[in-house]
This record gives sequence, C-alpha cells and structure tokens, in this order.
Amino acid sequence: MPTTRATTAEEARPERSAVRTLLRLWPYVRPVRARLFTAAIVAIVASCVGLVIPLVLKWMVDGPVADRAPAGVWLGALCLLLLGVAEAVLFGTRRWLVARPLSHVEAELRAAMYGRLQRLPVSFHDRWASGQLLSRATTDLMLLRMFLAFPLTFLLVNGVTILVGVVIMLMQDWVLGLVVLGPAVPVLWTCVVFERRYAEVARRAQDQVGDLTTVVEESVLGIRIIKGFGRHRAQSRAFHELSGRLRGTELRKARLLATIWGVIVTLPEAAIGAALVVGALRVADGELSAGTLVAFLSTALALRWPVDSIGFLLAMSQEAASATERYFEVMDEEPESSGTVAGGAGAGAEPGLRFHGVRFRYPDAPPDSPPLLDRVDLHIRPGESMALVGATGSGKTTLTALVPRLHEVTSGRISLNGVDIAAMPRAELRARVAVAFEEPTLFSTSVGENVLMGAADGAGKADLDRALSVARADFAHGLPEGTGTRVGEQGLSLSGGQRQRLALARAVVGRPEFLVLDDPLSALDVHTEAAVEAALRQVLADTTALIVAHRPSTVLLADRVALLSGGRIAAVGTHQELLRTNAEYAHLMSGAAAGEREDHA
Amino acid sequence: MTSTTTAAPATEDGDRPPRSRDTSGPDPFDHDALPTPPGATAALLRSLLAPMRSRVAVTTLLLLLQQAAVQTGPLLVAYAIDNAVPAFRDHDHGPLIAVGAGYLLCALLSGGLQFAFIEASARVNQNVLLDLRGRIFRHAQALSVDFHERYTSGRLISRSTTDVESLRELLDEGLQELVTVVLSFVYISAMLLWLDLGLGAVAVASFVPLYLLVRRYQRRAGRVYRARSTAIAAVIVKFVETMNGIRPVRAFRREAANDAEFAVLNQRHERTNGDTLLEMARYVVGSRLVANTAVAGIVLWGAYRVASGTLELGVLAAAVLYLRRLYDPIDRLGMFLNSYQSAAASLEKIAGLLAQTPSVPEPSVPRELPSSDDGFPGREVVFDGVRFAYRTGGEVLPRFDLTLPAGQTVAVVGSTGAGKSTLAKLLARFYDPSGGRVLLDGVDLRELGTAELRSGVVMVTQEAFLFSGTVADNIAIGRPDATREDIERAAKAIGAHEFIDALPDGYDTDVRKRGGRISAGQRQLVAFARALLADPAVLILDEATSSLDVPGERAVQRAMATVLRGRTAVVIAHRLSTVEIADRVLVMEHGRIVEDGSPDELIAGTGRFADLHRAWRDSLA
Repeated sequence: MPTTRATTAEEARPERSAVRTLLRLWPYVRPVRARLFTAAIVAIVASCVGLVIPLVLKWMVDGPVADRAPAGVWLGALCLLLLGVAEAVLFGTRRWLVARPLSHVEAELRAAMYGRLQRLPVSFHDRWASGQLLSRATTDLMLLRMFLAFPLTFLLVNGVTILVGVVIMLMQDWVLGLVVLGPAVPVLWTCVVFERRYAEVARRAQDQVGDLTTVVEESVLGIRIIKGFGRHRAQSRAFHELSGRLRGTELRKARLLATIWGVIVTLPEAAIGAALVVGALRVADGELSAGTLVAFLSTALALRWPVDSIGFLLAMSQEAASATERYFEVMDEEPESSGTVAGGAGAGAEPGLRFHGVRFRYPDAPPDSPPLLDRVDLHIRPGESMALVGATGSGKTTLTALVPRLHEVTSGRISLNGVDIAAMPRAELRARVAVAFEEPTLFSTSVGENVLMGAADGAGKADLDRALSVARADFAHGLPEGTGTRVGEQGLSLSGGQRQRLALARAVVGRPEFLVLDDPLSALDVHTEAAVEAALRQVLADTTALIVAHRPSTVLLADRVALLSGGRIAAVGTHQELLRTNAEYAHLMSGAAAGEREDHA
Repeated sequence: MTSTTTAAPATEDGDRPPRSRDTSGPDPFDHDALPTPPGATAALLRSLLAPMRSRVAVTTLLLLLQQAAVQTGPLLVAYAIDNAVPAFRDHDHGPLIAVGAGYLLCALLSGGLQFAFIEASARVNQNVLLDLRGRIFRHAQALSVDFHERYTSGRLISRSTTDVESLRELLDEGLQELVTVVLSFVYISAMLLWLDLGLGAVAVASFVPLYLLVRRYQRRAGRVYRARSTAIAAVIVKFVETMNGIRPVRAFRREAANDAEFAVLNQRHERTNGDTLLEMARYVVGSRLVANTAVAGIVLWGAYRVASGTLELGVLAAAVLYLRRLYDPIDRLGMFLNSYQSAAASLEKIAGLLAQTPSVPEPSVPRELPSSDDGFPGREVVFDGVRFAYRTGGEVLPRFDLTLPAGQTVAVVGSTGAGKSTLAKLLARFYDPSGGRVLLDGVDLRELGTAELRSGVVMVTQEAFLFSGTVADNIAIGRPDATREDIERAAKAIGAHEFIDALPDGYDTDVRKRGGRISAGQRQLVAFARALLADPAVLILDEATSSLDVPGERAVQRAMATVLRGRTAVVIAHRLSTVEIADRVLVMEHGRIVEDGSPDELIAGTGRFADLHRAWRDSLA
C-alpha cells in the first residue's frame, strides 16, 4: 500500500531559534498588542498580589499573634480578604481581556492562510497533500492560540513573579534566599538542553500528524477503490503503522517532558527543605523570627508553580515555534503575482488567440529534462474554434492550463487579440477566458451559483437558463429545489455526466470571448452528446475556442484541428484534410489506420 | 447566543436562499450531528480504557504516591517549628536532622515519581489514542459507499483529526489535572482535619460553593464547546473543498468569494472559541473569590486562636501553607473541565460515527465460493428478484431478474440516470439490494467475506483516484503480493507501460509529486492495470475508458479481448465502440432493461440500440 512521507524536506531545515521563529507572528499579534500587553500587566500585578499575602501573614504572626492581641488579627484578615478579591478579579480580567482578541488572532491567521493557499500557484497544490495543509490550518493554529494565551504571557508573568519573589525572599533573609536560589543554575541548564531536543521531536510529531491526516483524507476520497479491491484492511494497516510511529514520537516527547519535570520538581523542593533546616536553626538561635520563616517558606511555596510551570511553558513554546515554522512554510511561498509582467507588448493587434513559440516544463521537473511543450505555435482566429488532438499524455491539458495562466509558460508567449497574457492582470485574463475542466468540480452551493460562477456579477436567471440549455443541463430544473438545490461536498451527489454538463454551463454562461474546453463531453452518452453538440455549435459560432478532443464527434464541433505531437503542433487543418494527409491523426481518430501502436516518426 | 442556529453550520452558509433551509428536512447528515445513542459516549470511553486497566492502576498509584510525597512538606514545617526548634534549643539535634532528611527524601520521591508518572501516563494516553484513531479509521473504511456519499470527507477528516486531538488534550493534561486536583483535595483536607478539626471543617465547607460553581460552569461550557466543535468542522469542510478544487477556483476567480464564505465560517468559529474562553474567565473569577475568601476566613480564625493560645503557631503555619496549595489547582480544575467539555463534545461525535452500522455489513459467518472446475476464472452472476431504492425513497431499479452466464461479456448501455451504475454497484456490493439477492455462482454476495468477494468481483470506475506513493504501489493495490514483473505485465497488457516507463523514475515515480502531471487518461490506464492485476472472476468497467483517446481505448479493448476471455464482465459505456467486444448487450431505460440480445441481433433490429448504434456510427464519420 502506498505510504506517505512529510511533504516538507526534512534535511534542509535551517537551524532557527524558537524566539526568532515566534517573532514572525508579530504582524498578526500587533493589532491586539494593547490588550495582550495590558493582560500581561494585569497578570503580573495579580501574581505580585499573591506574593504580598505571605508578607501579611508574617506581619500577623510576628505582630498580633506573637503579642497575643486577638483584635489585631482582624486587620490582617481584612487585608488578606481584599488582596484575595483583587487577585481573583485581576485573574478574571486577564482572561476576559484576551479571550476575544486571541480567537481573533487565530481566525486571522487561518483566514490569511486560506487566502494565501487559494492564490498559490497550482503547481504548489500539485506538490502538497491537502492533509498537510489542513493540519497546519487547524491543529497548528490552535497551538499558536494556546501559546499566545499561556506560555507567552506566563513566561513573562512567572519570570517577573519569580524575580519579585526572590527579591522579597532576599530582603527577608538573604542567607535563606541564597539557599533557595541554589538550584537555579542547574534547572536553567536543563531547560536549555531540553528545549533543543524537544523542538526536534515536537516538529517530527507535527509532521507525522500531517501525514496521518493525508492518509485519512486519501482513504476517504479513494473509498470506492479501497472498497472495490477489498483493501480496507491493508489501508488500516498502513494507517496503523503511521499512527504507531506517531505514538513512538509522542512517547519520546513524554520522556523528555518527564525528565524536565523530574528535575524541576526535585531541585527546588530539596532547596526548600534545606532552607527549612537552615531557617529552623536560625529561629532556634533567635536570629530569625518564626513569622519570617513562615512567610519565607510561604513565599517559596508560592513560587513553586511559577518555577514548575517553566518546563511545560517552554515545551508549549517549542511546539508553538514549530507550528509557526510549519505555518510560514506555506505563507512564505510566492503567490501568483496579480498579473502583469513588463514587456511582451508589440505583437501587433493580431486578433484571436495565439501561441508564439510556447515552451513549457513543469517548474519542479529536472532542468535538463526535455520540455513537455516545445515551441508550440498556433493561431486561433477570432470566432474560430480549434480542436486540439494528441495522444494520451501529449500535453493537451497542460497547454489548456497555460491560457488562463494556471501555469506560466517557460518561454514564448500567448496573446489574446495581440495582448500578451503575461501583461494582463490575471483577474482580467480569467474573466475573458472561460474554462471547463475534464474533471468537473462543483462546489458546495446551489446549482445556480455553481453555474453563475462563470459569469460576471449581475448575471441573472435568463443567463442561467440559457447556459443550462446550451449544456443540455435542464435536468437542474427538475432537482428537488430546482436550480437552488445544493450540490458538491455537502449536497446532492450528481452523476459524472450531470456534473460535466454543469461545468460546461459554467464555462459558457458568461458568454466569454475565449473558451477553453478540456474534453468537455467525455462522460456523456451518445444522445446527450449529440444534443449538447448541436447547442454548443451556436455558442462556438462566434466564440474563439480551444477544445481538447479525443473523439471525432468532439472534433467536428471545431472549425479546424491542431495535432499536438512531440511537444509541438505537428499539423493544422480541417478534420477531413488531416484524416487524409496525416497518418498519426488518422490513427488517433480511428485507432485502426495504423493498426498497432507505433512511434510516429 | 442563538445556539440553535449556530449548531447547524451546514445549513446556513450565508448566501444560501432562505427557502431551502425550511425545506431541507431533518436529515441528520445535513447537521453534522448523527444521532448518538444514549450512553454511547461513556461506553466508548470505558471501552477505550478497559484494556489499559492495569496500566491505569499503576499510573494512578504513582500519582498517589507522588502527591503524598509532595504534600508532606508543610507537615514537616509544622513539626520543625513546633518540635525541632524547641528540641534544638535543648541541644537535641535529632529532630532537625530528621526534618532535613525527610524533606530531602520527599523532594527525591516527588521528582522521581513525577518522572515515572509522566512516562506511565503517556503510555496509557498514547495507547488509547492509537486505539481510537484506529477504530475511527477502520470503522470509516468499513462503512458502505452510500454512507460516504452522504457524510462528507471533511467531516470524517475532522472526526479523526481535531476531535481526536481534543481527546488527546484531555488525556495529556486533563486527566492528570483531575487526579492531581482530587488527590490534593483529599490529602489536604485530611491533613487539615488532622491538624485541627475546626480549620479543616471550614476548608471542607468551602467545597460546597466550589462544587456549585463547577457544576454551573460545566453546564454552560458544554453548550459552547459543542458549538465550537461544529464550527471548526464546517471550517474544515470548506477548506478541504477549496484545496481539492483549486483549479476551478482559480479559473473562475472564486478566490474573493471563497474568502468571504470562509470568513463567515471562520468568524463563527472565532465567536464560539471566544465564548469558551469567556466561560472559563467567569469560572476563574468565581472560584478564586470563594477560595481566597475561605483562606482569609481560616487565617482569621486560626490566628485568633493562636493569639488566644488555643492553637500552636506551627499548626497555623502548616495550615496556611496547605491552604495555598488547596486552592491552587482550582484553575487547573477549570482547565480540566475545559478539555473535558471539548473532548466530550468530540467524543460524542466520534461515538455517533462509530454507532453507524455499515449498511453493507460483512457476514458473521462468511461462505466461500465454490471452486471453479472448468479452468476459467469466470463465474455466473444472477440477479434474483432484485430491486433497489434509496433510503430516502425514490425507486431506482424496479424488481428484475437477470442471469449472466460465466464467461460472458455484457455491455450495458442507456442514457444518464438509466440505472446502469446502480446495477454495477449492486454487483460490486457497494450497495445491497432493497429486495431480492445478487448471487455469484449461487452464493449470495452478502454471505461472502471481503477477501472472497474481491477475488470474485472488481469494479473499475471513471474517477481514477491515485493514492500517494509510487505508480507501482498504485497498481499493486489490485494485488498487494504482486511482484514487479506482475505489475509490469499488467501495465503492458493494458498499454500503460510506455508512459509509465517515460516518467522520471518509471514505476517508482511518486504520483503525489507529479500527481497533477499524470493525465486523466493515464490515470484510467493505471486503474485498469490495477484491476487486471486483481485477476477477478467478474470485472465491472463503469465508464472506465471515458478519458482515453481512440488508440488508447482500442489498446484497452484489444487487451480486454484476451483478458476477459473466460471471465465474466460487465461493461458500462457511453461509447458504443466498447460494445464490439461484448457477447451481449443490455439497454436500460428508467431503471428497466428494455432490450437484451447479442450486438448483431440488436443492430439488425429496430430498437433503441439500433438507433444508438447508427448515431454513433455517424459520429465517427
């Protein structure tokens, strides 16, 4: 069974510090910085309030309690109550301050990623499994929100709390303070070592989650094949293997986490024990008041959580850093430029659709490999429809993808009425050129909207009905809710032929100047095909069209035929001419002429 | 918050005409809320944890001991202040040394046990997750094709990603939190009661308002978490749909419109997400208030009593230290409830998915096909009083009988929607008939195990999906134990060898890296090679040559002529060229077989097939 690997190259990942990576989030965090900053201040104040409580205790123990003055304790208790209320309100305020903004940041990150992904070149999507993209847009972004909510604030808050706490302890008694501070260096060292290792494992785990998502997705999309071959057990095994690998990585993560926790719990606790002994000695010698010892230990204990938490805060930060890295791997990809490349003009006002010496090689193909399309020259006159014929895999679909600039020509140019398409804003280009793909994809919306997508804004019912009738897709009116019936991922499932007709309707609804049809009738039965052809002829009469055709019936829709062979246009002429004069064409059209498959010289 | 509308994102994509929402009916599939049988969620959780029972016990024990070690500290403080200090003043160093040694031991134990606990609990968690992921996956794979046609891929994906993720959070942080919180509540209350009954009682009394707060939070959070989980699923569906249809998205300049639609879903998630965080904020304020008030009260009373001489100072010190610890984990209890709520919402959905029974179930006692003795692989197919209607109503195939003798190649023609594909899906057992039986060599398809069924019937469809992996991997799906020679032989037989050989790495080319570069026709050839390799008794070809050019189709047909010899085959095609290799032709219309005969007979006749054939001949001219 096929297996998947992380799409991202694991080898060449430059070493980058977690902080530098996380800083890249700043533009998204910037709009909410005021709230986030305020929240951090509030949290610091709240933590410090918590640290004042032991001081009140000390005052109570050494004052009213030692003096046996019960009345005095009321004041202390009132202070405690007020501090307690303040702490509660401050903590709540912090959460209230960040709740909406952080959800907003997460949503913004996701929207930006979605927007960017929609605009990345098609070749990017060929390369990336959508499961990998999805896990970046969901799991990773949740991690980032959690990072902004906790580690980011609390690394600061706990840092300040620890600092203030240490100052308080040193002020109360510097000897005890130094004893408690003893383990700081080894704990810090462990954290640093740990941080580096954890980062690696965290990243690996995230990539493996992405791979797992890919398998899930493929097994859902390819369910008919899996069922058809009874392969679901094997698919499950493949899944099991991958999820087992993920489990292994997660366990390594846990082991690292366990180590850091072990160190972070043991050393400070031992230090507190030492402080207790030293403190007790000095109380016994009368050098230290009991109240100071209680307050001191109380402070030290209050610092336990801030110190303990550093381990998992760092771990979360690491995970957030690799989530950020994964996020920006996508965001750093260059989107399609909005269009215009300078130059390219001066072709003269040549009407129609013209390919000038177009050469194309997929950007990720080895540079020394022969180009898929090599010097394609073709002129489709205005209003003319041209059929494009070629053997399977000869590059017909690729050639059609060049016209709306789903891919960019490697060299040469394509012009519409004399204007180089590279000099045209993409949006304008795509408005002028309508395409029907061989695989008709419908979106989760109504039939009507799926079709009207192909038209300019303001197209109405009349346009819709006309397009449906041209594509012989009148069945749409008979659906449960007519053209308002929802189709696609979340709607009614339609047959291949029905989808293809809707896709065709979508291509013609806007009365485009230029029409590119990729084998638009392949899934239709003979009668429907004949009917669609008859209606399509009227549309084609005054449209400049390029039609990929596999069959004589489709070819006959066109005025002329171009034969694509060996990466170039080998012949142009009418169907009858080419049938007579070109052996390869005759072979492609009848399959019989050349008898066996052969290399066409 | 209008929770009734936000709970059903699938029905309100903003731009959908409002009338359609009223007529959308109660189909649970529309709402991403499959009915979850009562108690199924809890049962699921139990069944996940059951095999881990002893591990869970060990893990709990580790935590129990760890907490005991941690919570001994203040007791040692009390002892140090009340006993060791006075003893030391009397030159008795023993108690203080004991305190020091005791504290060091506690520190080592807390750290060591913490390490062991994290290790052990990670093992439990990961095993549970592995189990759950596997279950979802296997179950989704076992569910029938009609389920998949209704439950969208995006939802299935979010079940096995984000929903599993929220359980992971619960297990990773939540359960540990819960046990820690409960344990420290118990330990500390016990310690406080032991130190001083009165102070302890006040502390225990404070649990009542805390409990009420927790309950209230749980109720409110449950609602917002469910809404959030539904909202993120809707985001995922839209995301997946866009990425999988990126070409038309670009060509029809849908980017801006998609951004707007996505923004609606994304903002709904943002809102529900914020709601969950605000619920948490409310809870934190409430619980902190109760806790801090209790601390102030206890300290007041304790100090008062120390001042009046009825309580030891050390006891007060220990009580204060314990109190700080007692209420510390309340926030974490909230976090636990947090992850519990989100995991519960997710688990409920997962349980709903797992509660779906395959409408095409595997037999409990599979039967085997009789061994074919004539040396030919083909088997006889009988449709015995079969009828088929969708669950939602609407009969597709009225009752019919049909026998396909072993080794016969049958072409099925007819216009779109005539029921050809349904016939094929019944034969491939993607669906089970609503009435009657489909028999393969006399055995009902419903009684065949998966392996037996797939060695019997294989279907090649028009949509030729390629899995990530190499071309060879993709062909080998047909027969996993096939050697490279077998794979190449199958590819050669179908005419796919030339193009595969010309790929950068030949058969080892990764289709994902060049997935967009293998044309639709080439993908169909790969699908064919896959089917040939499977070597089934009955081969169904549903529009399997629609994207091939004429020579490609011819080559396939030539290959078929040899491959299909002795095999039973059902060929569905719009192009009548395919019919030339058929022994028999069925013409279907409106779910009925209206003509049945050999191609020559039918062509010679005056029926629909003769018409079709003439039209096709003309189209070749």
